Amino acid sequence: MSILVDKNTRLVVQGITGREGSFHTQQMVAFGTNVVAGVTPGKGGQWFETDSQKIPIFDSVKKAVEATGANASVIFVPARFATDAIYEASDAGIPLVVCLTEYIPVLDMIEVRSYLDSKQTRLLGPNCPGLITPGQCKVGIIPGSIVKPGNVGVVSKSGTLTYEVVYALTERGIGQSTCVGIGGDPIQGTDFIDVLQMFEEDPETEQVIMIGEIGGNAEEKAAAYIAQHMSKRVTSFIAGRTAPPGRRMGHAGAIVEGRSGTAESKIKALNDAGVRVADNPDNIVDLVMSS
Amino acid sequence: MNLHEYQAKRLFAEHGVPIPQGDVASTPAEAREITRELGGKVVVKAQVLTGGRGKAGGVKLANTADEAEALAKQILGMDIKGFKVRRVLIDKQAPGIDQEIYLAVLIDRGRRLPMIMASAAGGMDIEEVAEKTPEKIITAHIEPALGVRGYQTTYIASQIDLPRELWRDFHKIVAGLYECFKRNDASLTEINPLVITGEGKLLAVDGKMSIDDNALSRQSRLGEMRDVAEEPEAEREARLTGINFIKLDGNIGCMVNGAGLAMTTMDIIKLFGGDPANFLDIGGGAKSDQVATGLRLILSDPNVEAVLINIFGGITRGDEVAKGILQALDEVQTNVPMVVRLAGTNAKEGRAILADASMETADTLSEAARKAVAAAAEVTKANQE
Repeated sequence: MSILVDKNTRLVVQGITGREGSFHTQQMVAFGTNVVAGVTPGKGGQWFETDSQKIPIFDSVKKAVEATGANASVIFVPARFATDAIYEASDAGIPLVVCLTEYIPVLDMIEVRSYLDSKQTRLLGPNCPGLITPGQCKVGIIPGSIVKPGNVGVVSKSGTLTYEVVYALTERGIGQSTCVGIGGDPIQGTDFIDVLQMFEEDPETEQVIMIGEIGGNAEEKAAAYIAQHMSKRVTSFIAGRTAPPGRRMGHAGAIVEGRSGTAESKIKALNDAGVRVADNPDNIVDLVMSS
Repeated sequence: MNLHEYQAKRLFAEHGVPIPQGDVASTPAEAREITRELGGKVVVKAQVLTGGRGKAGGVKLANTADEAEALAKQILGMDIKGFKVRRVLIDKQAPGIDQEIYLAVLIDRGRRLPMIMASAAGGMDIEEVAEKTPEKIITAHIEPALGVRGYQTTYIASQIDLPRELWRDFHKIVAGLYECFKRNDASLTEINPLVITGEGKLLAVDGKMSIDDNALSRQSRLGEMRDVAEEPEAEREARLTGINFIKLDGNIGCMVNGAGLAMTTMDIIKLFGGDPANFLDIGGGAKSDQVATGLRLILSDPNVEAVLINIFGGITRGDEVAKGILQALDEVQTNVPMVVRLAGTNAKEGRAILADASMETADTLSEAARKAVAAAAEVTKANQE
């Protein structure tokens, strides 16, 4: 078991012929993901060739779903087309949409969230690395070479910092159930609590690592959720303890605004909820391994 | 991106928010002329992108054109928290102030909606009000499809004890402020204070506005308002190259791929007793040119005594990074010690390239940080001797 994606995932890649889309489609197929279709408007009827297979390209997600039964989508299109791609995937009835695109304006995301509230679609991202269930399915750009099947669930706002932690786990022989990157934008499709709840309900996940960063109060809210609803152990790391206030640290959401969004406040809330917070990502594995 | 007060207020005014008559001066003579046209009593306000202007002496009242000229002379060129004052706003003084209100539209990340925030305790540090007397902060969320509704502004107006006869005007101001927020892709539009003048009218005396950087591509008019003079040279160059760079005060330069890992690298340097000189995220899929530019930017800071490069390849490839480092070192002659840590995609190839050039490398982040901190300490020591 795992969460969100597994062997039964049938993926459609939106923007399959672009530079990032084509490179990562190759990578996803090499990992074993069942990529059933690609979408690039104007290139319907053509094929996308990987080393091992030919993937049909469609002009629209609707056609791709009708022809292939795709049940998940990943979006590799530029920011100015990305919200349209999300709406299209949701309108075509896709239950899981993973949007990797960075630089989507916040007000556009507010509209997207409001739209999705009345739909059956779960959005992951935007501005996220996607997710991976080792041994089964990878959707996005998390390197397949650093994961290993196992029982630790990982959820994170960051990309490369997640790789760092997952790689350290794998090196020490600890496998992962699913690794989920929720992204670092102020408005996200899926938040920490959504993923924590899924890990709590997943029988294969024994404990969870949550990687947060400065900005907003999602970590504080997650801490409250963990205290009330989680029986599984959660270990955490918060990036940005030395970040200066008022400056956006790369991610649109990673900013200490006045007195809110500080690492201290997050670490305290997590500690109060019984979560152990590592001061160095190299130490997270020690905390996970200790009883 | 933050706008100056005068820019924010002009945008507010485009949406029907009443602001004082006034204009911007960059010389004392201009200040004098504007004051003369406004007919005397004015306030001279430093235009810098930081708070606390009043406390720093950057906001002063003048009663005559002579006084305004003298004050402008005093304020122009002043240093406020590291920002040099290049312009002053000359506003007509409000005719008596009976009450000061706080009013803002911002984004509530938790509820994922724009939110109106108001308080009768205007003119003060709103964070302090929120902390000490949270009951004095009144909020209402805006559904984008509905906009600001009359019942919402009525609720807020009554909660902040606004005189009944001003409720209609207040509604227009809130609706205008939200319209301004939406049309310009703002993340904050703030009036502090919104005053009730002695004539019983509402007037936006001070204004603040931040624009969502992600929306600047479709807000070209606002992009042109960017005050490049207030942006440090290195940060401007980084922005134009697509690198995320923020200068800090320490002596260990860092170059990292990914914002979360970049913050973490800074944190770890501090954890091992060092002090980061910058935040630098070269982004996903960075090519050797970007790496070279990043390294050049780091080395342009004279405080930098060691450099730590930490790359975990996902999209970014280790061999590209290694080539970029060597390319940069060809361009920039330096004897600043460097520690490189490469992991992930093509890390092995990258490490081989660096080993050929006899660069210092590290396997883990901790090891890299420890080495960089030690190298910087040695340079500091050598400089002292």
